[in-house]
Amino acid sequence: MIELIKNPNINFLGRKNIAFIFSGILVAIGIFAMVQVATGRANLGIDFAGGTAIQFKFEKPVAMHAVRLALEKGGLKDFDLQEFPAVNKMLIRVKNTETDLGKVSDAVTNILSQAFPDNKYVIDSSTSIGPKVGGRLKADAAKAIAFAVVGILIYVAFRFQFKFGVGATIATFHDVLAVLGLFYLMGKEINLILVTALLTVAGYSLTDTVVVFDRIRENLKIKQRESVEAVMNSSINEVLSRTIITSATVLITSIALFLFGGEVIHDFALAMILGVIVGTYSSIFVASPIVLVWGGKRPFAKT
Amino acid sequence: MKKKVLWKLILIGVTVVLAVIFFLPNTPAFKYMPDWWKKTMPDKGIVLGLDLQGGLHLVFEVEGDKAVEITAGRYAARLQDLFAKKKLTAEVNVNGPDITISPSSAEIKQVVEDNYSTLMPVGTGNKIVYRISDKEARRIKDNAADQALETIRNRIDQFGVAEPTIVRQGENEIVVQLPGVKDPKRAIDLIGKTAQLEFKLVDDESKVAAELPQSIAPGEEEDILRKFADKIPPDDEILFEKRVNAETGAVRKVPFLLKKQASLTGDLLSDAKVNIDTRFSEPYVSLSFNEAGAKVFEEITAENVKKRLAIILDNTVYSAPVIQEKISGGNAQITGHFSMEEAKDLSIVLRAGALPAPLKMLQNVTVGPSLGMDSIEAGKMAGLIGTIAVIIFMIFYYRLSGVIADFALLLNIVLLLGAMASLNATLTLPGIAGIILAVGMAVDSNVLMFERMRDELRAGKTPRSAVDSGYDKAFWTIFDSHVTTLITAAVLFQFGTGPIKGFAVTLSLGVTINLFTALVGTKSVFDIINSKHDLKKLSI
Repeated sequence: MIELIKNPNINFLGRKNIAFIFSGILVAIGIFAMVQVATGRANLGIDFAGGTAIQFKFEKPVAMHAVRLALEKGGLKDFDLQEFPAVNKMLIRVKNTETDLGKVSDAVTNILSQAFPDNKYVIDSSTSIGPKVGGRLKADAAKAIAFAVVGILIYVAFRFQFKFGVGATIATFHDVLAVLGLFYLMGKEINLILVTALLTVAGYSLTDTVVVFDRIRENLKIKQRESVEAVMNSSINEVLSRTIITSATVLITSIALFLFGGEVIHDFALAMILGVIVGTYSSIFVASPIVLVWGGKRPFAKT
Repeated sequence: MKKKVLWKLILIGVTVVLAVIFFLPNTPAFKYMPDWWKKTMPDKGIVLGLDLQGGLHLVFEVEGDKAVEITAGRYAARLQDLFAKKKLTAEVNVNGPDITISPSSAEIKQVVEDNYSTLMPVGTGNKIVYRISDKEARRIKDNAADQALETIRNRIDQFGVAEPTIVRQGENEIVVQLPGVKDPKRAIDLIGKTAQLEFKLVDDESKVAAELPQSIAPGEEEDILRKFADKIPPDDEILFEKRVNAETGAVRKVPFLLKKQASLTGDLLSDAKVNIDTRFSEPYVSLSFNEAGAKVFEEITAENVKKRLAIILDNTVYSAPVIQEKISGGNAQITGHFSMEEAKDLSIVLRAGALPAPLKMLQNVTVGPSLGMDSIEAGKMAGLIGTIAVIIFMIFYYRLSGVIADFALLLNIVLLLGAMASLNATLTLPGIAGIILAVGMAVDSNVLMFERMRDELRAGKTPRSAVDSGYDKAFWTIFDSHVTTLITAAVLFQFGTGPIKGFAVTLSLGVTINLFTALVGTKSVFDIINSKHDLKKLSI
């Protein structure tokens, strides 16, 4: 058998303090990012902030600063540009909303036609979202996250105990906040597709955590005479192979999406990659220490 | 081979065949099937979402308040008529949703109550102000939304889009989806046009008419309206015609002094057709009034020979020809230097009827067809590369058992596509990502089993019992991991918009099918191997 690590015996829980500090930093960034999003100061996509986003596909390469100048001259303020030079595509996002949604996209297309008369373009897609719909999408996203958290809590509490439901939820939340924080630091756009990725990461990370808990519970039943910490360590080592392999396969497909999937789901794939990495880390270094600290004398002992 | 295993294999075989049958319409192979196949077998597989097919997704709000105002206006006009017939002098004015009648008297109150029980008096004094009751207002708004829905549907039917979706959302919103539409701007204009057709007499007799400028530059309309607001008679109003100079393309606006009260309205039309003027080869729209309309038209033209009758659409004057003689037969024309498309759209809109209230666009997502194609290609590429990479990895790490896992993986993909096709599910770009992710997660169940089997082997068990106990122990963990993913997928489905719903669907289906293939499929293969040889060593 090809084995990743033969008979691993790493003292994961011994390192729990370092892990707590590291995780603490990640979570702090994440919470900060969440606050920024809620108050509208983060790079919110038009899904939440409202506005118009138009993606153009030009025949010939077009320079981003030339487009920026043209738009500014045309009187547009408060806009964002994103370019995909490999395919001559440019995404123009105009924040803030006119009452007449059609006006902005007309203005932009007119400006471009005039500024680049010999570079023909095709409109890949155009999205205009008024403030009413934007507000609704934001509320829906928040509700989705809330329901997901509750669902997870109930399920894990049902399969294990309430305490570990909370522990697993914290570990999952940790992953979501970490990815959100990283995205915020990278200045990436926060939009609905990111929320989708975050929820998927949550579901996936929970799987991992549950596998670890499962093994810990099983071993605690059998190895009655060993200390909780030792049992946890050996349990994690036992499932280490499986955890890493599973993460590897999801990582492979996410990387494939990232490299080849096109610009629309590019950021989604990135979120998945980060999420899988953080998720694996948290199953090992966050979930179990929480059980250790909260579990009392013999965690998972069904009374 | 044990009977249980045989049944499992048959089950797998049947599901694969079904999956292929359902998915066939999405493949080029469908064209080559014989006719009897095309008639009896499913012919519609997976539907491409808007973001892959290209098209239009619009959300409109029906401005119900305006509908209430329009109704108030109609009530006011009718009341004025009634008062005149009963020889009661009173001035009826409409201000937004309020109808003000002055002076008030017991008889006037009586007339109002008799005819419009839904009008509630607000305030007292010499003038009475009436307002439509809340209950009635709600009813009007609800009706307006329904009527707008019907009107939009009529217009789109005539526009000719394959498989449009037009539904009401919430209290006063309408969602319109037009997949594959080629000219999104034209479609939006067509839907949003209020199409209020009115015929109003031009008031050439008033002295003010002579004071109006011949034409003004566009943008100066507000100035003119303000300047003349106090000078024009109370039952007149100023509206503008847009004139484009055919050679220079310059646009001027021509003011008209018109009687406020419309002599005829668009609801009296029975038909509107496009014809071509032979003299100038220009398309125009010919109107036919219904019986009641034709009669009114006859009266108006008879009483107002030599006067001008303005044809107004959505408060813009289109033309104002002189009435040469009484016109019977109820036919009229709207000319306006239309292009063929403009004339066609105008006739569609007049035939389908006016919108009961203006539409406000809340959301517009337009996806061009090229992006859709690009996305599908990218998705296919990523999917192919990802799947191959995982397959190779599994063989490398788990050897022959890896091959078995890969077989389960491919089975997964086939069943997933078949399941989606059987539900006529909509595939979106995030949906493709969901399929690819499900591929990554699919292997997870097998990995769980294999690692367990390895554990058992390491503990010294025989290959046969290692397979069995590894399997049993892994079962609940596999089950748990799938349920957790399903929870988040369910939440995403409930709260997500179109493309995200697509993702939730593919993820859920992928995960569920994975449960099936891992538990039934992979196990069966191991069982077969187990039963055939006396396994001394497990290639794992």
